[in-house]
Amino acid sequence: MKPFSVTGLKALGLAAIAMPVLAVTAPAQELKVGISAELSAMDPHYHNLTPNNMVSRHIYETLVGQDEKQRLVPRLAESWKAIDDTTWEFKLRKGVTFHDGSPFTADDVIATLQRAPNVPKSPSSFSAYVRGKELSKVDDHTIRIKTAQPAPLVPTDMSVVAIIPAKCKDSTTEDFNLGKCATGGTGPYKQAEYVAGDRVVLTANENYWGGKEPWSKVTFRVMTSAPTRVAALLAGDVDVIEHVPTADVARLKGDAKLEVFSTVSNRVIYFHMDHFREVSPFITAKNGSEIKNPLRNLKVRQALSMAINRPGIVDRIMEKEAIPAGQLLPDVFFGTSKNLPPVKFDLAGAKKLLAEAGYPDGFKMKLHGTNGRYLNDTKIIEAVAQMFSRLGIETEVETLPAANFFSRASQGGAGNTPEFSFILVGWGAGTGESSDSLKALLATFDPKKGMGATNRGRYSNPDFDAKLDEALRTVDDAKRDLALAAAMEIGMKDVGLIPTHYQLNTWAARKGFKVLPRTDEYTLAMGIRKE
Amino acid sequence: MSDTALPQTAPPPAPAREETPLRRFVRSFFEDRVAVFGLGLFALIVLLALAAPLIAPQNPYDLSAVDVMDSRLPPGEVSGEGFTMWLGSDGVGRDLLSGILYGLRISLTVGAFSGILAAAIGMAVGLIAAYAGGRTESAIMRLVDLQLSLPSVLVALILVAGLGKGVDKIIIALVLVQWAYYARTVRGTALVERRKEYVEAAQSLGLSHARTVFRHILPNCLAPVIVIVTVQTAHAISLEATLSFLGVGLPQTEPSLGVLIANGFQYMLSGSYWISVFPGLALLLTIVSINLVGDRLRDVLNPRLEK
Amino acid sequence: MIAFILRRLAQSAFVVAAMLVIVFFGVNVVGDPIWMLVSPEMDQQQIAETARAFGLDRPIWEQFLIFLKNAAQGDLGRSFIHGESAIKLILDRMPATLELAFVALFMAILIGLPLGLYAGLKPESRISRMIMAISILGFSLPTFWVGLMLILTFAVSLGWLPATGRGPTVSILGIETSLLSLQGWKHVTLPALNLALLKISLVIRLARAGAREAALMDYVKFARAKGLSQSRIIGVHILKNIMIPIVTVLGLEFGSLVAFSVVTETIFAWPGMGRLLLEAITRLDRPVIVAYVMVVVVLFVVINLLVDLVYSALDPRVRLTEATS
Repeated sequence: MKPFSVTGLKALGLAAIAMPVLAVTAPAQELKVGISAELSAMDPHYHNLTPNNMVSRHIYETLVGQDEKQRLVPRLAESWKAIDDTTWEFKLRKGVTFHDGSPFTADDVIATLQRAPNVPKSPSSFSAYVRGKELSKVDDHTIRIKTAQPAPLVPTDMSVVAIIPAKCKDSTTEDFNLGKCATGGTGPYKQAEYVAGDRVVLTANENYWGGKEPWSKVTFRVMTSAPTRVAALLAGDVDVIEHVPTADVARLKGDAKLEVFSTVSNRVIYFHMDHFREVSPFITAKNGSEIKNPLRNLKVRQALSMAINRPGIVDRIMEKEAIPAGQLLPDVFFGTSKNLPPVKFDLAGAKKLLAEAGYPDGFKMKLHGTNGRYLNDTKIIEAVAQMFSRLGIETEVETLPAANFFSRASQGGAGNTPEFSFILVGWGAGTGESSDSLKALLATFDPKKGMGATNRGRYSNPDFDAKLDEALRTVDDAKRDLALAAAMEIGMKDVGLIPTHYQLNTWAARKGFKVLPRTDEYTLAMGIRKE
Repeated sequence: MSDTALPQTAPPPAPAREETPLRRFVRSFFEDRVAVFGLGLFALIVLLALAAPLIAPQNPYDLSAVDVMDSRLPPGEVSGEGFTMWLGSDGVGRDLLSGILYGLRISLTVGAFSGILAAAIGMAVGLIAAYAGGRTESAIMRLVDLQLSLPSVLVALILVAGLGKGVDKIIIALVLVQWAYYARTVRGTALVERRKEYVEAAQSLGLSHARTVFRHILPNCLAPVIVIVTVQTAHAISLEATLSFLGVGLPQTEPSLGVLIANGFQYMLSGSYWISVFPGLALLLTIVSINLVGDRLRDVLNPRLEK
Repeated sequence: MIAFILRRLAQSAFVVAAMLVIVFFGVNVVGDPIWMLVSPEMDQQQIAETARAFGLDRPIWEQFLIFLKNAAQGDLGRSFIHGESAIKLILDRMPATLELAFVALFMAILIGLPLGLYAGLKPESRISRMIMAISILGFSLPTFWVGLMLILTFAVSLGWLPATGRGPTVSILGIETSLLSLQGWKHVTLPALNLALLKISLVIRLARAGAREAALMDYVKFARAKGLSQSRIIGVHILKNIMIPIVTVLGLEFGSLVAFSVVTETIFAWPGMGRLLLEAITRLDRPVIVAYVMVVVVLFVVINLLVDLVYSALDPRVRLTEATS
């Protein structure tokens, strides 16, 4: 299958919808999946972490669902609407039961939203999605959520928090790990076994409101090493694997016994650069003497962006498992601009810009990045260093373990500022639209407002902030889409950061298994069918 | 080294008076043809490593000389710069032949320095422990326990975080990880030797402690130490690869053989076998040659194997 | 003897204390764990709240004092990531690792000792040279590389053994093991072999060196002259002579097998404590790292104690040092 084709996706989507009907008659089927990261707990509210959320989606459901392209779809809520700028009403689905047969009502939603932000010692809490929301029950199947400020993202927030039964609202994380919340969730699978660090076993929920799933048993096995996952698939240990390493995609596609599925992801790989220091610690003149921070000059930033051969990176390093990027999210997502193609590779133009900016002979700069946190991160950074060297910038590279890198990149400098001058990082838009990315990466760093939390270059542009602020208060979808796109254009034209590419999410499966690829990197049994 | 290592007991009268200990050592070493082959191979490898800047088609550490558009070229392809990549190129377009030649320099440096330093420190500490006994021995051996329980990944990570990446840092990490092995083994053997008559004899003759330890006990402990030195030096080189694999080894832009192998790891299933296999072969040849020499050295230096 | 053991244990308490300081402050050098915990979507206020909840906002020495206070009450802390008691997490995963290490050690002795003895007794033979040459392979290539090669050969190409994971476990006397079923042995073979390779080479070398020496010793020559059978000479006289270095090294190696099976467990997706450690280190889960190292220190102390006791049993000339001073 081609890396990303809309028609292919549509066909698959239709097939996935059509298949359960056929599968009901099939005999009991088992599905084994090799996943890339370890869960930290089975408690759906303990840790906002991809593998946790992914497994929890099978057992528990959210009010609002996200389809394979992260568009919002009805799930436990049949419909929702904004009554006014600060009030949302959700109509809950009727006739839904938990695994033990008890009915799902508004009380369960209220209990959930009380528990989710208050799980003790949560390493990464769900409080962000619940905070500032006042809940009221209209009737057993209608709730209202009120906020102090206009909050267009309430339905998006409700697509993240898993609904648990009110009976389990006092259960501890350990209770969930041991499967002591006997009521279970409303989801299509039940928790059967959890061996920390090794596997999670699920069994089908016979009475699922959406129709019984074809898999009677699903096993997720943790395989953190990428070649191991591929080998396990080749050896027949598992039926499906996620996060296929880019190096192996071509070979697996050529294997008649296997199939590969991929789609563009919500993850962008980009460079953050020092916008806030007069003198940047890892930039000097070529002779080593101190110079003023050249990254504060727009022409230098443009030159650097133009010197990056994005198609080259995609082709030679990502092995075509990526798409050159011109903004923070691919333009199929909500809140993105149609006018931001990837910056064209133009070495001569870049040299000219650099000379115009007053650096005809370049300067010396050290790039920092992680090793192993993002797909091929060290190779990308090395390739970009090669490209900058050709531009006339004497470039050094230092890649660090993530544990060390993020600490220093966030607060390693003087006065707990970011330490580095130029870093390679990545960002996945978990909400499936651009407001989160813009808020975290490009908005002016402001702890009081909660803006720019991950803005490790401390980019600050009042025009951008104003536009984003407007977008965040606009409840009307069409208007907000435009405002977000406008903010994105300001940030990108000003080269607030330099995006390089969007990753593809890739799955591989044994012949006969069809995987519906998702932009959010989740591997869901609900999206895997057998022909 | 060879002087002190020679047997002190019962020097054989034959064959001739003018044969110095060194000469006799060299003669008996060269009696074994396999060892001579190993030595030749090792000399060749060292020579190649030293001559790398002269014979390598590319400076693999010069970022402006390496082009990502040349990445993953199979052996024999011609690079964008126009030279032939006889062993192909790696994932960022580095010529593998050049990478291996330069990588040998780093790997040999890392192996030699960490091996010798760890052995020297470990042996000294182990001998002192065995000879001194009592509190000193207890203190030293508990320090050994401490060192052996620290995971090498953690040691390397802390060093990388505290000092940064580099050849010198990885040598420090490897010495830290390995000295305790020597200390533990040497102490074990030395404890046995200490009880032997010749030590008592030396002591009753009023020889100094240092002389007793280094001239008499040490040579008799050398055989097991040399086994470990050759094994651990080889292991140090592959441990460096493992640490690089785990992201706490050497910098990516100045790859050692280990880094090249670790980088090639992800291509093993993909068909671009050369990225991992050629550096692996180079590493294998290096280590085999070291061990052929080491095995013979151990036999020659072992006083108890004298006929 | 009892006094010797007691004194050893008291000294070990100092080792444990020193270790605590090193690890606690060492992790702090690497980075602030908070950045490995919080999800990227969190804003500054939430990050600060999370740091407060874990006590990570306090100065490091204060965190250390709090840790000491809790440790004195027997609480080594909860995993930042899993939220469970760090010791429990480690002990839960220990049986899998012990199983792997035992099988690997067993392989090392079973394969290494006979080959090494043969090579030592007939040093000039062609087979001996082959053994020695092949044994070099065992430690010259990195574990991760050999591990994947084993998987590719025996699991992917030949299809004889499963590539990953541990077999089904049963509980015997409270100990979880997968070694009671054929399936379990199939799963453990490749990772154990991968883990054992270096040890096999080491045992071959030690056994060869020892056997060569012993064969030339007067007492062996004397035994030969007396007409004792070859098997008795090997079994009693030579084995005894070579056991000391082998016991020392294997004692240590068992510890390192258990403690540092990190890479093998990762490559073979083996659910042991090595992988837990790697995860804890890469994500700065300090309580788990600290607890892990404590467990390993205790393990090494016990092993070293046993090795010393075995020494004195094997060779009466060796005194139990601390007892005499």
